[in-house]
Amino acid sequence: MNSLLSLITFLPLIGAVVLLLFLRGDDEAAAKNAKLLALFTTTATLVLSLFVLVGFDPGDTGFQFLEERPWLGGLNYKMGVDGISVLFVMLTTLLMPIVIGASWHVETRVKEYMIAFLMLETLMLGVFCALDLVLFYIFFEGGLIPMFLIIGIWGGKERIYASFKFFLYTFLGSVLMLVAMIAMYMQAGTTDIPKLMDFAFSSETMSVLGITVVGGAQTLMFLAFFASFAVKMPMWPVHTWLPDAHVQAPTAGSVVLAAILLKMGGYGFLRFSLPMFPVGSEVMQDFIFTLSVIAIVYTSLVAMMQEDMKKLIAYSSVAHMGFVTMGIFALNRQGIDGAIFQMLSHGFISGALFLIVGVIYDRMHTREIAAYGGLVVRMPVFALIFMLFTMGNVGLPGTSGFVGEFLTLAGVYQVNTWVAFFAATGVIFSAGYALWLYRRVVFGDLIKESLKTIRDMSRREKLLFAPLVAFTLLLGVYPAVVLDVIGPSVAALIDHSETALAAQATTLAQN
Amino acid sequence: MLAHNLSVVAPELVLAVFAMAALMWGAYSRRRDPSGTILWASVAMLVLAGLFVGFQPEGARTAFDDSFISDGFARFAKVVILFGAAAALAMSGEYLKRTEMLKFEYPVLIVFSVIGMMTMVSAMDLIVLYMGLELQSLSLYVVAAFRRDSLRSTEAGLKYFVLGALSSGLLLYGASLTYGYSGTTAFAGISQAVGEGPLSLGLIFGLVFLAAGIAFKVSAAPFHMWTPDVYEGSPTPVTAFFATAPKAAAAAMFARLLYDAFGGAVSEWQQILAFLSVASMFLGAVAAIGQRNIKRLMAYSSIGHMGYALMGLAAGTEQGAQALLIYIAIYVTMNVGVFAFILNMQRDGKPVTDIGALGLYSRVEPARAAALAVLLFSLAGVPPLVGFFGKFYVLMAAVDAGLIWLAVAGAVASVIGAFYYLRIVYLMYFGEAAPPLEGAMPAMHWALLGGSALAMVLGVVNLFGVETLAASAAATLVQ
Repeated sequence: MNSLLSLITFLPLIGAVVLLLFLRGDDEAAAKNAKLLALFTTTATLVLSLFVLVGFDPGDTGFQFLEERPWLGGLNYKMGVDGISVLFVMLTTLLMPIVIGASWHVETRVKEYMIAFLMLETLMLGVFCALDLVLFYIFFEGGLIPMFLIIGIWGGKERIYASFKFFLYTFLGSVLMLVAMIAMYMQAGTTDIPKLMDFAFSSETMSVLGITVVGGAQTLMFLAFFASFAVKMPMWPVHTWLPDAHVQAPTAGSVVLAAILLKMGGYGFLRFSLPMFPVGSEVMQDFIFTLSVIAIVYTSLVAMMQEDMKKLIAYSSVAHMGFVTMGIFALNRQGIDGAIFQMLSHGFISGALFLIVGVIYDRMHTREIAAYGGLVVRMPVFALIFMLFTMGNVGLPGTSGFVGEFLTLAGVYQVNTWVAFFAATGVIFSAGYALWLYRRVVFGDLIKESLKTIRDMSRREKLLFAPLVAFTLLLGVYPAVVLDVIGPSVAALIDHSETALAAQATTLAQN
Repeated sequence: MLAHNLSVVAPELVLAVFAMAALMWGAYSRRRDPSGTILWASVAMLVLAGLFVGFQPEGARTAFDDSFISDGFARFAKVVILFGAAAALAMSGEYLKRTEMLKFEYPVLIVFSVIGMMTMVSAMDLIVLYMGLELQSLSLYVVAAFRRDSLRSTEAGLKYFVLGALSSGLLLYGASLTYGYSGTTAFAGISQAVGEGPLSLGLIFGLVFLAAGIAFKVSAAPFHMWTPDVYEGSPTPVTAFFATAPKAAAAAMFARLLYDAFGGAVSEWQQILAFLSVASMFLGAVAAIGQRNIKRLMAYSSIGHMGYALMGLAAGTEQGAQALLIYIAIYVTMNVGVFAFILNMQRDGKPVTDIGALGLYSRVEPARAAALAVLLFSLAGVPPLVGFFGKFYVLMAAVDAGLIWLAVAGAVASVIGAFYYLRIVYLMYFGEAAPPLEGAMPAMHWALLGGSALAMVLGVVNLFGVETLAASAAATLVQ
């Protein structure tokens, strides 16, 4: 099975092409067929990806399931997964059927909607599998097109502003990364990611426009990649596109955005910034810590004041992503393990929270917190599930949210106590906004006339939440399922980075 | 000797004879109007010439005392020009008939200008270069004013003529200075003079004036002023033609002059090119934002794209020449598709140019809107569409030549430029509904629009081999 990864990556695209070419008509039957085909394709992708998970050997820290074919001159079509990326592939394939299921009630342009999501899945999987710089870039950027259309066509009132903001912010970050990628290609003579990881980019101090740059070319390239990943992540202060995009995107779009697209930034830091620019990473460590802590504290406070549920969850995502960046740049085992764990856990929890908002939005067509209250009376199942994910968001032990936050904090504590101290306050704030949100929506008296007839979750909705609930609890109780897979690769990554730093230190000492 | 010379210029010769014969036929034909036949015959001739040039054996052959060359570079550029012109001409037929502008002079003039372009890219002598350029330009002035009774069209023709004459003057002045200080008009001789130590002041002036003159023709900022007005005023098929073949020809000629005549003075012209490139990219991106007229918008878009093409040239390396060729090939393909779409923007039989008319067009004509959306994303340079690869190669050439600041500027400009392409996508997919444009698109337009959009998508597999072709073509230019 040498081309398993390609098959997984492009299967959704094939589904999209089939939809595009063969599905005719605008009636209900056609819409139903589009939904079924999309569900079938994403499920088939999930099943195929299980083969990758089963066949994956965590002990091997290199890339597995490798595929390589010559592409345009100098570039290669190269795919493969290692311990860091394999779980992101799984996260994507697992969430996509749920996302399609959550879109069952979409009525406008169903066919195009499903095509957009299937294309998006191909592009997201490609990002996690690509082992060539340019191939990675193509998948990474290509995701903008379907996302732009998804927000723009199926979004809410301010969708135009949100879609443009989303597109232009992320595009600006990425084109700078492209220039850095080209510079890397010129310096190393290859775009092969595993080879680039072993290539020592020059880190001699240089001066640009009169400013001395410690770490030289590495720092500059780090900054260019940072521009892209920080926007995708998103980190404070370039996070402002996220709340707008989330609020305006349809439920399924929000789920994909929060659960998968945001992870590309973190994945990028792990795949490129740390191994390829170890010196640059070390130089910029304090800078990233500062931004992360601001993100955690500031956006948590902002989240508290939100009146719109989706906006609140969006800001809480920014705060949680702050833990991720902080953990990654702690540059030690706990920190990076925790960051990856946090990303996966956030994928389940935030995805579920957006689905929860979607459940009541479908019924009431408003996301305003003030419009709800006392839902527990009419919707006990909903209240229970919402409770579980609120606790996950807070980071309650027993849910996956706790493990991620704890590990990142433990990792950072070893490097910088103050950063850990301030970041820990974020945990308290998150309890504040999450519980307050829960109280205002679910508890209290059911006094609003409009809510008196609201119905509890349907069987379809319960089914959608089942895997999310299962994984949130499983990872919370037994985190080893994840840590065993990522552990060896992360250890290798840290070894690699430390060797590079030591080599740099010796050359500095010699000079 | 004569036989050899004639065999080198055979494609140009055949086209010229055909064009004159067509002219006679049109003028003396007493029976029904032969315009349609001449138009399609011209398309066929252009395609055949393109195939002939494309399948010519490798290797460089020169003619007329080395003043005319047919090498890999010229052939690549000629194929782009011929196919671009054929596509532009093929799509004008229906439109001209509909607007009752179909006259036999139109295809004849186009063929003449194509011969001019082919001469431009093959020129190895300043005089040949100027001859080709003027043959091209004079034909273009006439077609710009082709709708005689329209004020806009005649204004466009006149503006184009006056500014074009000015640029020709600049170019001639530069050529005379170059001749004066090197003693020859042949590129080989100039190159020798340039190679002898530091450039004399006269040669530098000559170079600058030549560059300024050609910058007018490629409509690079700050010599772009004529472009939006001419694009807007000319009949749409003419605009489509302007946006494709002449741009490719002028850019290729620019490369020919700089590499073959001034190849020894890269550092002297690199600054000029880098400035032209940056100015064009930013002007194209920023000025297009305010445009509501799609033809003016495409004019600024073409200015921006020429900026990127010149970035490849500014690198001054073989890779740069390759990037330039790839860029113009992709650019021409995209523009053919976009203009095939624009030609069909009409309501009540009248052409519509306001982009507001595209409001929610995807509801009316989903397939057409999707094809245009693909082309627009490609123009914006978003991967995985082929437009991205054009940008990728020029950025790569610039970084390789150490012009990182230029690459960064290009990257930033592409983000600004993305805005106005996106705005059209936004209008079509989620803008405010406008009174629908009329349906019924001729099969030829469909083929060009669909083919061009499909090429943008499928090209990601291997760019249809253009990359290697351009590489070997560039290798013949830079020796």
